[in-house]
Amino acid sequence: MPSGIYECISKISDKIIENKDFLTELDREIGDSDHGINMARGFQAVMEKLSPDESDIGAVLKKVGMTLLSKVGGASGPLYGTAYMEAGKVMAGKTEVNSDDMKLIFESAIAGIQKRGKAVKGEKTMLDALIPASEKYSQKISEGENLISALESACESAREGVEFTKTIIATKGRASYLGERSIGHQDPGATSATLTLEAILNYMKAK
Amino acid sequence: MVGIVIVSHSWKISEGVCDLAREMAHDFENLISAGGLDDGSIGTDAQRIADAVVEADSGDGVVILADIGSSIMSSETAIELLEDEGREINAVIADAPIVEGAICAVVEAANGGTVDSVLRAAEESKDTSKL
Repeated sequence: MPSGIYECISKISDKIIENKDFLTELDREIGDSDHGINMARGFQAVMEKLSPDESDIGAVLKKVGMTLLSKVGGASGPLYGTAYMEAGKVMAGKTEVNSDDMKLIFESAIAGIQKRGKAVKGEKTMLDALIPASEKYSQKISEGENLISALESACESAREGVEFTKTIIATKGRASYLGERSIGHQDPGATSATLTLEAILNYMKAK
Repeated sequence: MVGIVIVSHSWKISEGVCDLAREMAHDFENLISAGGLDDGSIGTDAQRIADAVVEADSGDGVVILADIGSSIMSSETAIELLEDEGREINAVIADAPIVEGAICAVVEAANGGTVDSVLRAAEESKDTSKL
């Protein structure tokens, strides 16, 4: 039987690949029209590298990160690559994710993205989905909710974050060249980050 | 001798910049191209850059010249990958235009410059007036 982490990563991969054209279309509006193509190429390579029986979550996340660093090609490569590798560090040696682990995964991935991209919330990036999602997740856990229901709320916050990116000007990445013309368009990175969270939620629910 | 790594989204650009810069110092061997992805597509690959830094280093450090967008992030990631592996290579990224910077850097490195002086030579090239 495939390990939990293998199943989870393959759900993320399926979701990204299914949305390849959609992500690329979003990026065509405000970027260099490669986000979906790049992410799909990265996750195809990830699935070729992973074996279904690997169960050490930290080791698998590190491998996912290293592969994305090499195969994605655009800025999302080092950004997602660093996010997965940082999450891998906090999950080293573990084969299960509890609600506290999920909080650490959120926080370490976000710290990795911030370190790499030198961005903060409100710059029309993936952080505009991930930071509200992480904050909502921690709040719900501290209120006593379980992992799945807290993650459901986190996904809702991430989707609101994506909507919020339509209202702001991009100041990072290729979209920043557009200035005010970037208003009205949702950020492709915030969108792929939200798809990732939704895929994790779907995996958790089906488990 | 200080090594130099050329990072571009395009393999053709990084190879071309190396060819051009080598004209200035034919026997300079520590100049390595790290452009594009493994399959030749446009993009940057942190692992490929990290491997190039190792190849370029002869113990005196490495200066990286990079083009646009993710080439900087991928170069920074490459330096961290090498640190995580425990390798002690003094690798720095130049804030410089890739073509002019590479030529100035190669000249300085081939003349026995240090990482600091090669970096400075590359970065000074951005203020060069062309007309």
